[in-house]
Amino acid sequence: MKDFIIPWENGTGIQDDIDRGTPAKTGKPVTLTIDGMEITVPEGTSVMRAASELGIQVPKLCATDSLEAFGSCRLCAVEIEGRRGTPASCTTPVHAGMKVHTQTDKLRRIRKGVMELYISDHPLDCLTCSANGDCELQDMAGAVGLRDVRYKAPKNAPLANHFETRNTSGEANPEWLPKDDSNPYFSYDPSKCIVCNRCVRACEEVQGTFALTIEGRGFDSRVAVGAENFLASDCVSCGACVQACPTATLQEKSVIEMGTPDRSVVTTCAYCGVGCSFKAEMQGDQLVRMVPYKHGKANRGHSCVKGRFAYGYATHKDRILSPMVRDSVDQPWREVSWNEALSFAAKKLVGLQQKYGQKSIGVITSSRCTNEETYLVQKLTRAVFGNNNTDTCARVCHSPTGYGLGQTFGTSAGTQDFDSVEKSDVVVVIGANPTDGHPVFASRLRKRLREGAKLIVVDPRRIDLLETPHLNEAHHLPLKPGTNVAVVSALGHVIVTEGLYDETFIAERCDVDAWEDYKAFISDERHAPEATEALTGVPALALREAARAYAQGGNGAIYYGLGVTEHSQGSTTVMAIANLAMMTGNIGRQGVGVNPLRGQNNVQGSCDMGSFPHELPGYRHVKLPEVRKIFEDTWGVELDAEPGLRIPNMLDAAVDGTFKGLYCQGEDILQSDPDTKHVAAGLAAMECVIVHDLFLNETANYAHVFLPGSSFLEKEGTFTNAERRINRVRKVMAPKNGYEDWEVTQMLANAVLKETGGKPWSYAHPAEIMAEIAATTPSFAGVDYTVLEEKGSVQWPCNEEHPDGTPLMHVDGFVRGKGRFIVTEYIATDEKSGPRFPLLLTTGRILSQYNVGAQTRRTENSVWHDQDVLEIHPHDAENRGLRDGDWVRLASRSGETSLRVKITDRVSPGVVYTTFHHPDTQANVITTDYSDWATNCPEYKVTAVQVSPSNGPSEWQERYNAQAEQSRRIEAAE
Amino acid sequence: MTPASSPYDDGTIAEIISSHAHLEGPLLPMLHALQESFGVIPEAAHAPLCKALTITRAELKGVISFYHDFREKPAGKHVLKICRAEACQSMGGTALAERLLEKLGLDWHGTTPDGKLTVEPVYCLGLCACAPAAMLDEKLIARADEARVEKALAAKKTGGSA
Repeated sequence: MKDFIIPWENGTGIQDDIDRGTPAKTGKPVTLTIDGMEITVPEGTSVMRAASELGIQVPKLCATDSLEAFGSCRLCAVEIEGRRGTPASCTTPVHAGMKVHTQTDKLRRIRKGVMELYISDHPLDCLTCSANGDCELQDMAGAVGLRDVRYKAPKNAPLANHFETRNTSGEANPEWLPKDDSNPYFSYDPSKCIVCNRCVRACEEVQGTFALTIEGRGFDSRVAVGAENFLASDCVSCGACVQACPTATLQEKSVIEMGTPDRSVVTTCAYCGVGCSFKAEMQGDQLVRMVPYKHGKANRGHSCVKGRFAYGYATHKDRILSPMVRDSVDQPWREVSWNEALSFAAKKLVGLQQKYGQKSIGVITSSRCTNEETYLVQKLTRAVFGNNNTDTCARVCHSPTGYGLGQTFGTSAGTQDFDSVEKSDVVVVIGANPTDGHPVFASRLRKRLREGAKLIVVDPRRIDLLETPHLNEAHHLPLKPGTNVAVVSALGHVIVTEGLYDETFIAERCDVDAWEDYKAFISDERHAPEATEALTGVPALALREAARAYAQGGNGAIYYGLGVTEHSQGSTTVMAIANLAMMTGNIGRQGVGVNPLRGQNNVQGSCDMGSFPHELPGYRHVKLPEVRKIFEDTWGVELDAEPGLRIPNMLDAAVDGTFKGLYCQGEDILQSDPDTKHVAAGLAAMECVIVHDLFLNETANYAHVFLPGSSFLEKEGTFTNAERRINRVRKVMAPKNGYEDWEVTQMLANAVLKETGGKPWSYAHPAEIMAEIAATTPSFAGVDYTVLEEKGSVQWPCNEEHPDGTPLMHVDGFVRGKGRFIVTEYIATDEKSGPRFPLLLTTGRILSQYNVGAQTRRTENSVWHDQDVLEIHPHDAENRGLRDGDWVRLASRSGETSLRVKITDRVSPGVVYTTFHHPDTQANVITTDYSDWATNCPEYKVTAVQVSPSNGPSEWQERYNAQAEQSRRIEAAE
Repeated sequence: MTPASSPYDDGTIAEIISSHAHLEGPLLPMLHALQESFGVIPEAAHAPLCKALTITRAELKGVISFYHDFREKPAGKHVLKICRAEACQSMGGTALAERLLEKLGLDWHGTTPDGKLTVEPVYCLGLCACAPAAMLDEKLIARADEARVEKALAAKKTGGSA
């Protein structure tokens, strides 16, 4: 961020971003005097920070408040009465009664001398430098009054600097190094480097990757990566080094290209469920760069490569900006006016309902859109279409979380905030890959692991978290895909039979009868790790040690992902996890808890907003008349008491000919949902598919109406992250398509209401939608845009009882009253490997790509991952005569596809792994229609497959691509 | 994995690493032991070192490059170090070094064609009182001049008569 600080408007509640030099501390108050003024700060605070809080900025170069003090630049020297010398204010902690002077003649001379030395090895090309106006070195030269540099290279001698390419006689300067432009988003220019170490420390302390170092020593010291360039190194392109760099050495290429920004708007990232706060730094309506916002409570000033850099999709040429319609999917698209498109859609929808019945149409809400937009989409089907046919992509990811945690704890959400991990002693990660899927949380977790917390990973793959630099004790339980319940129950068995459970907690906080039942059930020998070893592949001793570590290691926190939920027993595993937390008393305080790592930016919010067919906003069943009444009174219509269709039921009904029309907002069900062929058949059977999206996605191949969407940069609203935090999304530019997404939904609703003669909707701003949500939904009762402006964000429940929101759940008791243990019998999935399909396929994500890749594939992120590859164990590869990089055919009972293999022992023998980021691979052609028993969440994580050599793309892939190309044609304008 | 042609045996590398793993701050002892065995820090040892110590290749690079004595390429059979620090400079160390290098036909860090001798600069051997100073292998040469250095070289049967 350099020191580029844009003054904030008053009254926005957004805190200023001034760099106080060293991190904030907590401790008892200490009062000291700085330059004659008294200040009281917490013990442990540096003199530099204390001065900054008084408004006195001590000159500095190597200090920045995201990093611990380092004390190398010597610019921040101060004088302290009664002490000798000139100590560095960054490394000197405050002391009661201390009298500090930050400006004296002596200090001025020292600082000028230090600065003169720095500048003697720095080019004086400020006017043409990319950091011009945003350079701390420049500012400090000004602040110390540097007017001359006396140190020059001697005549006829080699240059003693790093920045001139040639000496006066034209010989190359061996100390000069060329720029490293290998990273697509930032450049490294060694000639501008002052070796302050901020980048190296940011990579270590903030990101935890340790990809940077200082090579050599003394005058030869250079910032270096562990490989030939940044791209080839361990660097994950999070940008923390760029943000920390005080000069133009590490600089965003967008700034090099465009110049410095002139205004800044705080908003929320639209990628994963961490929900990082960012400053969108702008020139007019052009986005110059995204900089993580220091006061963002989810990310605390950090980001990943996606949030910081991968926003190029928003202005990508593939974006569709004009509405389009067609009568059938074999026709090319026809660009039309908004009015024509909406009226075309409305007439079709109304016609379908007249012909096939009220329940023949429905909606799919998006976990990428805002709470307000999602609320309107479910309202559209409930209040305008008159049915409950609404579902969301959470169906295919975290629906078992909702069910499982609802049953055991009473709320369908994670129990902690992200800060909680700083207090954890043992962290269990089950079926999640945080370094790739939730990178900013992973960085915070890694920091805690470096501080000594123990790690337990339950995953078929050796995920990167296990390779954390400076990791202490770690347990890896490499289970066979599909045996989660057996493994988690075995952990429970060990804790119960070895007497490691927390009797007091259980007696006070849990339903004791349910506990006794559970205890009897889990104590049975069939749950012992020795009994399940053959089934799960997890060595019994390793499992016992992990169970003991979790139960006895202090604060135990469980984080889990889709590797838990996307199974036929997804809900059971969630309940088994909840059992573990309850029996060990790891609920209701900092450092513990059960935390689903939510996949999408607003998957929590889309569930909260009543996207599911059986639940109105706030997880209240549609069958409850008192709940329906609230909405009936607000909306002025009668609501259907019958739950509607889930996504798979919609598709089945479409194939059967009873479901005919769908409005799908911001979701690509064809690529993301399981069993692609079945999804395609369902979509093809519908008569009106309305896709509302940024791009002609795969689902749009089967659509009749395309409504262009707006990006997160182009709308007002809120996202709710995995810690239930409601964050503001702010508009930084006008919607390129003309309307924010909530406006489009409102226009569609009004077009339908015009046909049916209903009263039109008239929301003028998302704040009005949030007001309606707050008025109807108790857990959101205290949420409004004024509160969000004041506090920055709140975690629901936010109501009269919790006016400031709720960072931790179940503090004084479970939401449902008593925590309920639920018996978790392992039932093997019907999807089994056998002679025809001997391997088990499991799927996941990679850091640089996001989900179906609609966004990230349209950015430079593809340099890290330009195709999906199949990871296979060397043993299985050898059996099949495969070499690294070979094309293979991947086949299951559902279908087949082709992709290249990567041979690695990161997966166990018998297990293969791939990602689903690229539509030309279509990993979901392979996945089956098996799903969670309770919630229908598809079993993406286990598919029996065979892998065999192949020459290239399969016939299906070629046919699919031809169809996609055909259906994406847009008729030339007349 | 080391290619079969690598002169640096994976087994020895693994043994050196494991035999120092119990120490507090084991990286430097491991590096010293590796250099003792192989004369260099073989690249083949980088990955096992990183794995054993849960450090990254960048961190390892930072440490190895900080210490000039850790070598990527083998030195000659014997190593002559000539002090270039201030005290020795003031006592004619620079001129001595220039003459010796010229006689040996070497530049700093160079090795004689027969592979017997490498000459390196060093910054202070702690013999300032007897400057200029030099060191041949482990043996210090105080009040160094051409004759003393050559005599020491001749004793090692290397380069003395050059």
